[in-house]
Amino acid sequence: MDILLWGVAPYAMLVVLVGGLIWRYRYDQFGWTTRSSQLYESKLLRIGSPVFHFGILAVIAGHFFGLVIPQSWTEAVGMSQDFYHFNALFVGSIAGIGTLAGIIILIYRRRKTGPVFMATTRNDKLMYVVLTAAIIFGLWTTLASVFFGGHGHNYRETVSPWFRSLFIFQPDIASMAAAPFSFHLHTLIGMVLFVIWPFTRLVHAFTAPLHYFFRPYIVYRSRDKTATSSSPTRRGWAPVGTEDRDTQHR
Amino acid sequence: MRVMAQMGMVMNLDKCIGCHTCSVTCKQAWTNRAGTEYVWFNNVETRPGQGYPRRYEDQEKWKGGWELNKRGRLKLKAGGRAKKMLGLFASPVQPELADYYEPWTYDYRTLVEAPLGDDFPVAKPKSLITGEDTEITWSANWDDDLGGATEMGHLDPMVEKVRKESEDKIKFEFEQTFMFYLPRICEHCLNPSCVASCPSGAIYKRVEDGIVLVDQDQCRGWRQCITGCPYKKMYFNHKTGKAEKCTFCYPRVEVGMPTICSETCVGRLRYLGLFLYDADKVTEAASVQDEQDLYESQLDVILDPNDPEVIAAARDQEIPDDWIDAARRSPVYALAKVYKIALPLHPEYRTMPMVWYVPPLSPVVDLLRDQGHDAEDHGNLFGAIDELRIPVEYLAELFTAGDQDKVAHVLKTLAAMRSYMRGISLGQDPDDSIPESVGMDGETMYEMYRLMAIAKYDERYVIPKAHVEQAHDLEEMGCSLDFEGGPGMQDSPFGEASGSPTPVAVDTFNSLKQRQTSDEPAGRDLRGRVNLLNWDGNGVPAGLFPEEHRDEPQAATDSPAHGGGETGTRPDAGGPSASASGASGDPADNR
Repeated sequence: MDILLWGVAPYAMLVVLVGGLIWRYRYDQFGWTTRSSQLYESKLLRIGSPVFHFGILAVIAGHFFGLVIPQSWTEAVGMSQDFYHFNALFVGSIAGIGTLAGIIILIYRRRKTGPVFMATTRNDKLMYVVLTAAIIFGLWTTLASVFFGGHGHNYRETVSPWFRSLFIFQPDIASMAAAPFSFHLHTLIGMVLFVIWPFTRLVHAFTAPLHYFFRPYIVYRSRDKTATSSSPTRRGWAPVGTEDRDTQHR
Repeated sequence: MRVMAQMGMVMNLDKCIGCHTCSVTCKQAWTNRAGTEYVWFNNVETRPGQGYPRRYEDQEKWKGGWELNKRGRLKLKAGGRAKKMLGLFASPVQPELADYYEPWTYDYRTLVEAPLGDDFPVAKPKSLITGEDTEITWSANWDDDLGGATEMGHLDPMVEKVRKESEDKIKFEFEQTFMFYLPRICEHCLNPSCVASCPSGAIYKRVEDGIVLVDQDQCRGWRQCITGCPYKKMYFNHKTGKAEKCTFCYPRVEVGMPTICSETCVGRLRYLGLFLYDADKVTEAASVQDEQDLYESQLDVILDPNDPEVIAAARDQEIPDDWIDAARRSPVYALAKVYKIALPLHPEYRTMPMVWYVPPLSPVVDLLRDQGHDAEDHGNLFGAIDELRIPVEYLAELFTAGDQDKVAHVLKTLAAMRSYMRGISLGQDPDDSIPESVGMDGETMYEMYRLMAIAKYDERYVIPKAHVEQAHDLEEMGCSLDFEGGPGMQDSPFGEASGSPTPVAVDTFNSLKQRQTSDEPAGRDLRGRVNLLNWDGNGVPAGLFPEEHRDEPQAATDSPAHGGGETGTRPDAGGPSASASGASGDPADNR
């Protein structure tokens, strides 16, 4: 069982994630968008969305520190385990709670604003469930350490070595198996999230427009290069009317 | 000098009767799709008025266009790259649907399906966004013909400006006010702030003709372009999650046809043609300190296509000779740069717009005539232009960043032309003192009159075709061949927005082009797309008329599988595709 969960599943997840991204990039550039609903509702979005996004960026940074940087490195620069852990829990809790608050606002908005709810696909709903679960259980591992565990579980001796070992194709299954249940659960949900990632609107994260900093303001393109993208479908050309709206989503 | 070609448009506002035909045909061609219900690539506003979207000219609120920073360099008014990226998660300045209007339809079904009763059934308005009953409270031209101007006229940002700067008030009482129509499309600017705002780099200016387009594959829906465009001519398709904009009907322009809005303009007030401009000078010209100098600096960027140096430089940039020739015959160049009577809309946005306007003289003429004066006499007109500060001030806010002298000069030129030509029409000797009073000679004024008043189709629209050597890449080619698939979107696991985009071609346009350029009688090579709208009366296309009864009843059941082309009894049964047309009764074919 452990081998399946911590030895096989991560690679299966990676294959789906990478393969899915490549496939969607090649097949579905037109669908690769944030699908913003700000046109329908702006007030709640302008609170919820930045809180969630900045929160999740902090959370990602935290995961990077916790999982990628070995304990020995931080100790080598004189950072004690206690000091590290206090920081991780403190900053992590703030980021996690912020992220959760953000997504709660966004989900509330999505449900309560008529047009926004109508623009929500089944795909979106599944994505929200998995994403929210991943955030909640991730926050649980953090908060549990704060309130119940005293020093808490040192995941840098279990989860992190396992995570790094995945990339050298010698998964350290035993370490991961030794981690508490809450970490197992969070990791599994995280893997589910990455599996569905390429197939949901979350893909927009992979085209964060960082090249905007480096390109000239005005973009010129020759006509020669522009016409290659046409392909024989009719997406985006559905006729105006309420009918298609109803049939699309119900 | 880096010479580039730019398709431009000039609209003569005196001729606009506000019929909205351009808007309607444009909408039918481009934005009659789900997600673009509220979108008008072309709209006609009554000015004074709030415009569409409401008060879009209030850049203190909407932050469109460019401004100069402290060092005198151009920067986006909405903020630089870092600021834009920080605001990516919830765009800070973004029009909502309420700023445009909530699109609606009517529940026509009730009219025919309501059960028998005492009352007449009513088609209630239904929102196209929610599908629920809705109340119609605004639209793209709600204040048409100064409707509601007594209550809302002061909300026009330009009226506010004029009021701030002058002691007089623009009056909205019926007898004292003035009005004119302002048709607007995307300006296809030389220094487009939408392009500069796009984090994904999906918006681009075409090297060949300067048309600004959105790459639907690269757009990720960040919507910074909507903030960036001061004319609010970038729109968000809320179904596909992508930005869309006026395309200058590039599939038509590429084959030498005018845009839909120009083609269908009842007043024939639109002119299309090429500008040659110096791309290296654009940034410098857009950065001049004084806003009122922007009009002049924009003119300076535009090059003289008769200048041998310019021609040589254009050839260096591989601009084809027929394009240079078209630039020489360009009506927009003549109106903007030679006669200097076309002005850019809001040069103060520093985007170098390439849709120009001949300001309307009619408010002045109407007023004079109503007061019983001779409204054709240039003396009276000149006096009135100097006297009637309010219309002139208002026009100056629109077209010259508030410089009234420039607008007044254009109006006087138009007035002089009116007076000069009246003299000629009445058989008098041409009074050359009239053109001289506005710094023109009689011959130039006569030519200007010809272009303004009686120019024919091919003088108003001088559109060089895209080149054959590039033709295999044109959107138009092969697209109706490629798909015969059913209309509507396929259901996709990623929501309605996923999949690849549709080519923009319009079926009827394709067949029209084929018919116009083919030597064959009707029916051949039509690929089943003939209807009354594009039938030129030449031959008898299959399926357009009921079958004639001949010896063998066969044609009506023709299908590609039966090999209808082999029967050979009709000249038009040229092939499977032709015979499969209207006869199959597919309504989608004949839209």
